[in-house]
Amino acid sequence: MIRIASLDLHRDGQPILQDVTARIPPTGLTAIIGPNGAGKSTLLHCIAGLLVPHAGKVMIGDDDIATLKPQDRAHRVALLTQSPAIVPRLSVRDLVAFGRWPHHRGRPKQQDHDQVDEALALFDLNDLEHRKLDSLSGGQRQRAFVAMAYAQSTPWMLLDEPLAALDPRYARDIMERLHNLSRPGPDSRSVVIVLHDLGMAARYADWIVSLKDGQLVHSAPREQAMTTENLSALFDTGLAVQTVGGKSIVIPV
Amino acid sequence: MSVAPRHRLWLLGAVLLIASGLFLVWGLRAPYGFILGLRVTKVAALLLVGASVGAATVMFQTVAHNRLLTPGIVGFDALFVLLQTTLVIMLGGVGYVSLPQIPKFLIESLTLTAAAVALFSLVLRRGADDMTRLVLTGVIFGILMRGLTGFMQRILDPSEFAVVQQATYATFGAVDPLQLSIAAPLFAIVLALSIRIGPSLDVAALGRTQSLSLGVDHDRLVLLVLTLISLLIAVATALAGPITFLGLLAASLAAASIGTYRHRILIPAAAAVGALILVFGQFVFERLLGFQSTLAVIVEFLGGLLFLFLVLKRRPT
Repeated sequence: MIRIASLDLHRDGQPILQDVTARIPPTGLTAIIGPNGAGKSTLLHCIAGLLVPHAGKVMIGDDDIATLKPQDRAHRVALLTQSPAIVPRLSVRDLVAFGRWPHHRGRPKQQDHDQVDEALALFDLNDLEHRKLDSLSGGQRQRAFVAMAYAQSTPWMLLDEPLAALDPRYARDIMERLHNLSRPGPDSRSVVIVLHDLGMAARYADWIVSLKDGQLVHSAPREQAMTTENLSALFDTGLAVQTVGGKSIVIPV
Repeated sequence: MSVAPRHRLWLLGAVLLIASGLFLVWGLRAPYGFILGLRVTKVAALLLVGASVGAATVMFQTVAHNRLLTPGIVGFDALFVLLQTTLVIMLGGVGYVSLPQIPKFLIESLTLTAAAVALFSLVLRRGADDMTRLVLTGVIFGILMRGLTGFMQRILDPSEFAVVQQATYATFGAVDPLQLSIAAPLFAIVLALSIRIGPSLDVAALGRTQSLSLGVDHDRLVLLVLTLISLLIAVATALAGPITFLGLLAASLAAASIGTYRHRILIPAAAAVGALILVFGQFVFERLLGFQSTLAVIVEFLGGLLFLFLVLKRRPT
């Protein structure tokens, strides 16, 4: 369980997060949603311990994430940033292997190679493992970065808008994989993801954390948080939640 | 069949060895011992300066996340020229020329390193991700120092101005063997440390946030790397004078010829390419063409062209 308590963060005098208190359940897929500038990425970076709030704290289990050393933190949460740098001459396998860095610190063992193989297989990257990152399509590259976060073998995977600039096919592919990963099982992970695409959130999320102007609006199961009234109020525009073929969709009205 | 990066590095080392050997023995005449002694000093200076600048540039480009930058951009060259000009003004042309070489070399190295570390620390107080700030501050400092140097040079008489001119062009002919004996072990230690932290630099290349997420103490790593860079560049500049674009040539050619992102190979490769450019260039100049011209001028010209090429071929992001 992640417990966020009275989080305050400001930048240049402007409040970015104000008294945010929420919880994120230890299983399933949680989506952080909200309008532009709501503080979604900032909240995710606070949860990852990479931004230290001016007040409040983030507890992962019994630990305050801000008090953990970088190496210990890297064993608890894996964060995939919004636009990670594309290192020239880096192959897909090399990138995924970076996920094992917290475990071997530059001296990989057989177990690390096995984990990389598993991540490559899980994200269907075996055929691409020797390709250079800069030769891949946006969707393939994003899959490789998500595989890197998976290879980090942390209980929590945090992803900051991994669907940005992906066409629907690739976006859906990534979400399907993350959704499957978050189902209970031996290799299950708790996934927290910042999403702009409300359709994807409605389709795949189990839990919703919604923010507006740096303040928490909802921290609740998807069915409760993603209603026509709630979303319309959150985004200040008409949005309707409907069910088609047993699946929730969000449409502008 | 592609050659593994490690083998390419060995190949590069072999070529460097051959070039150095050629430089030493080509056209050797009596008195052999005396001439060979001079040549050994010169080739050692060329190797040391080229390797320092090459290795430092690769590391700088990684922490700056920019393949076009060189440490010279943060004002090293300008500070070196300012330092020389100040010394000439304070001591006069004759006083400057008669300065003992070793203390002068040590003071120059220490001043350059201290100034660079102070600049880095000052700028990085806001976070080591602020490389744009660092670079811009360095550029502004460089302009300020060049302005100040220009003003100071106007009040020099022509003979003293000639002394400054002589001191601020990269030359390898007047290197003191004693200076080399101090610079060489320092270089070896810094290079060994740089190669040791190579795997951390591989991760740092992913960007500050991503490497922090992978458990790398990025800010501490960047400060350590910048200190190592300062030492390498300070020693090279104090030894031979500033060569702004040599690093860019060495880093770009090493990356293209080695074909890996791994710093444990890339750093020694850039060091080897930097050294090779200087040794081979000086060999062609002196032995084959019989010129006594300053090699640095040609290196700057080619490096400048490469810089323009890289800027122009860059795709907008």
